[in-house]
Amino acid sequence: MSATSLLLIVINAIFIENFVLVKFLGICPFLGVSKKTDTAVGMGMAVIFTITLSSALTWLVNNLILVPLKLEYMQTVAFILVIATLVQFVEMALQKIMPALYQALGIYLPLITTNCAVLGSALLNIEKGYNFIEAVVFGFSASVGFTLAIVLFSGVRERLEFSDIPESFKGFPIALVAASLLSMAFMGFQGLKLPL
Amino acid sequence: MSEKNTSKVLPTLFDGLIKNNPTLIQLLGMCPTLATTTSVSNGIGMGLAATLVLICSNLVISLLRKFIPNKIRIAAYVVIIATFVTMVDLLMQAFLPDLSQVLGIFIPLIVVNCIILARAESFASKNGPLLSAIDGLGMGLGFTGALTIISAVRELLGNGSLLGIDIFGPSYHKMIIIILPAGGFLVLGFLIAGVQFIMRKRGANK
Repeated sequence: MSATSLLLIVINAIFIENFVLVKFLGICPFLGVSKKTDTAVGMGMAVIFTITLSSALTWLVNNLILVPLKLEYMQTVAFILVIATLVQFVEMALQKIMPALYQALGIYLPLITTNCAVLGSALLNIEKGYNFIEAVVFGFSASVGFTLAIVLFSGVRERLEFSDIPESFKGFPIALVAASLLSMAFMGFQGLKLPL
Repeated sequence: MSEKNTSKVLPTLFDGLIKNNPTLIQLLGMCPTLATTTSVSNGIGMGLAATLVLICSNLVISLLRKFIPNKIRIAAYVVIIATFVTMVDLLMQAFLPDLSQVLGIFIPLIVVNCIILARAESFASKNGPLLSAIDGLGMGLGFTGALTIISAVRELLGNGSLLGIDIFGPSYHKMIIIILPAGGFLVLGFLIAGVQFIMRKRGANK
């Protein structure tokens, strides 16, 4: 493992296999909390924080507990418990240690438990057979990719507020069409052939 | 009591199937909706897997609703759901290995599908086991139906086929984009716009 291979993981996770626009993970918050750029940034930060931590924790749980005990089939149950507890814990810790950050992220944290990007990245780490450092780097960069997508998208949606949209397309449908165009833009990155 | 329950069965079933369709009206569970609808067989497979989990989890949560303490109910629901998802996952790996391969991590991700937790919280925790199971069936079939429609459109336009059978013949120029992620967003956007259009028409007629 070298610095280049880590860099490749970063670029791959942010651009080529973007969680939201290519892999369809974390669509609910992507569509739900992207009406304003401020809230999108808040959600993005909360997601980066949680996914990075949960990638590390689920990797440890998998490789130190589940694999030695041959309990790999319990992955889904174990991971979702780890994530749910982690989110609760992060919420309580933030409230005590960094009240300002808690104020900013507060309302988004409970939503993250049911964000499939968190469980998704934990499962992908195992599927791809990453080691500990690679798993943490992958989790971090995948969530940065999520944040990039949601912040870009919120900019588009703020503009949509002021445009003249056919009655039936108001709200969700036009947002999906906009997401489609954004996804098409990200398809450009597919052309990058990384030596993974 | 039982008579009252039987009269509620059909409305409960159709509520999930059409009136409150989880995907097209309530807009829940968007990730699997977009990710697994590249072909009709994938869409139906995903829908049925989720339906099975929904029925079982609704039933068990409803049976346990008086024993689960209110404070930790969400955690308890998640564990129950995760158990059934693991069972479905292992069953699919054993009996439908190809489908399981294609759907990949989206099978374990049924755990965090908002539809299932939403039904547990808003229906199964308040109603009896029979009605809850029916509600799970209705919602699950509604989800499956929506996935089937979306995947039919995507497979037909993107690959010129339905269920793997060629429909348009070799001269059809395939719209590959519809099968790619961008097309998923596009098709779903237009479908929901269509649903909203129909709802407005019906609202205007009343």
